[in-house]
Amino acid sequence: MISVSSLTRYYGAHPAVKDVSFSIEDKEVVGFLGLNGAGKSTTLKVLAGLLMPTAGQVRIDGVDVLDAPDSFRQRIGFLPEDPPLYREMQVAEFLSWVGQIKGLSKSDLKVRLPEVLDLCQLTSRADWVIGTLSHGYRKRVGIAQAIIHRPKLVLLDEPNSGLDPAQIVEMRKVLTSLKAECTVLISSHILSEVSQTCDRILVLHDGKIVAEGTESELATLIQTSDVSGVHVDFVVRGDAKAVSRILDGIEEVYGCRVEEHGEGLVGIEVEASADIREQADQALIEAGFGLRSMTTRSRGELENIFLKLTGGGQA
Amino acid sequence: MRETLLIARRELASTFNSLWGYVVLAFILVVDGLLFNTQALGESAQTSTYVLEKFFEVCFGTTVVAAILLTMRLIAEERQRGTHLLLDASPVSDTQLVLGKFLSALAFLSLLTLATAYMPALIFVNGKVSLAHIGTGYLGLILVGAAVLAIGTFGSAMGRNQLEAAAVSGFLVLLFLLMWKLGRMAAPPMSDVFSNMSLFDKHFQPFQRGRIEVAAVVYYLSVCFVFLSLAIRRMSLRRWQ
Repeated sequence: MISVSSLTRYYGAHPAVKDVSFSIEDKEVVGFLGLNGAGKSTTLKVLAGLLMPTAGQVRIDGVDVLDAPDSFRQRIGFLPEDPPLYREMQVAEFLSWVGQIKGLSKSDLKVRLPEVLDLCQLTSRADWVIGTLSHGYRKRVGIAQAIIHRPKLVLLDEPNSGLDPAQIVEMRKVLTSLKAECTVLISSHILSEVSQTCDRILVLHDGKIVAEGTESELATLIQTSDVSGVHVDFVVRGDAKAVSRILDGIEEVYGCRVEEHGEGLVGIEVEASADIREQADQALIEAGFGLRSMTTRSRGELENIFLKLTGGGQA
Repeated sequence: MRETLLIARRELASTFNSLWGYVVLAFILVVDGLLFNTQALGESAQTSTYVLEKFFEVCFGTTVVAAILLTMRLIAEERQRGTHLLLDASPVSDTQLVLGKFLSALAFLSLLTLATAYMPALIFVNGKVSLAHIGTGYLGLILVGAAVLAIGTFGSAMGRNQLEAAAVSGFLVLLFLLMWKLGRMAAPPMSDVFSNMSLFDKHFQPFQRGRIEVAAVVYYLSVCFVFLSLAIRRMSLRRWQ
């Protein structure tokens, strides 16, 4: 189990991370979200043993980063956004070297190296020089070096950055297969990737954890705490002014924005103090309008949740 | 120790795989050969002992330059390429990292120095010098090389890039080279302190003349110890900055 309690890290007089606490269970895949400057990278660097905390505790299976830094780092695998690779080395040669540096014996490596090459879909590139590989393959070599020594926690910083759509699909498969091996913490700006890959999400803002939970838990949190209420988008066939008048007539509605979509269709964005979907549905059908679609924006959309929690939407 | 040797082995292989290693090797061998021809052999007839002493004096300078050129990339290049993150996140101590880097550079510098052996061999075949004199001179060169490599390793740990690293190392080495001058200018007891800190004058000349002095060996090993310790300290500090 990974536990972070009251983690604080200063750069000079400036606090990059303030009093951050969270824990991650074994074999859990956790997404780490935050805007640039939120303290995400600093937290990852402390977890990777690259930086020491100014205050607080960071432990993996009871081993504290300050008390036993080498033993702590033995339990960590880290992939920075730009994979740290010696480009003049061959893939298998590089991974063998990293494995030995991280404490594997040569006999361990004979078993582990083929496993990792297979897991990261690198078997066909084992004897390639790293400098000749595509960006996607280099990312995979980066993941392979992070997991070669069977760490307890693997930290992946933007694992999908710079990958094309095909490579992202391949990378998703690799990330999914990591679940069986170890605990994974993924820092990413690609919210859909976090949503698809992670069991749980931590949202960091201004150096503090502002929310944590599954995507649906975060959505619920937003809906219950959101003073501006529910946002519902309608697409209706009919006259824009008449549709707007009907929706404005519902007591809970306090904001309504209409947009012509052409071919007789109208898009309406409604803000209400409560979920008005059933009332709106009934009122529009009774008035003879054709309801094409009706969606609430705050449910199941990680981007909206993220922007709400971090205030990014107002930026 | 295992990790230290793993780092040293990879670093040495990297030097042999890079153009830089061969550029330094070729440059030093060419300069050594030219200076041997013009400075040591000269135009007039010399005793073979004088020629050998002059050869080691020439090699002192090129060894110092080679050591700075080899160490400037040791740690600073890792930082520039971003590969320091791999080592920093590994269960490798800063001592193992610094020693591994230092040993790789020492191994390469030793090979480079020994590649000049054909010149004293010519003196040995055509003149009258002892193998002990040649061996002692080379021991002195390796010790000077090790001391400058330690200073260079510290410079590489300090610099944000290779140029900065070379500038820091060059400045420190120059300071240690000029200590004999300060020793002559200062009044006692500081004159003794300065002259005892000189890289060349007091400590290398005995080796040049075929004499091993324990004080000189201790001096060069002390320089290695101090600057490698400083490099390790510098590396440890980066986790707190």
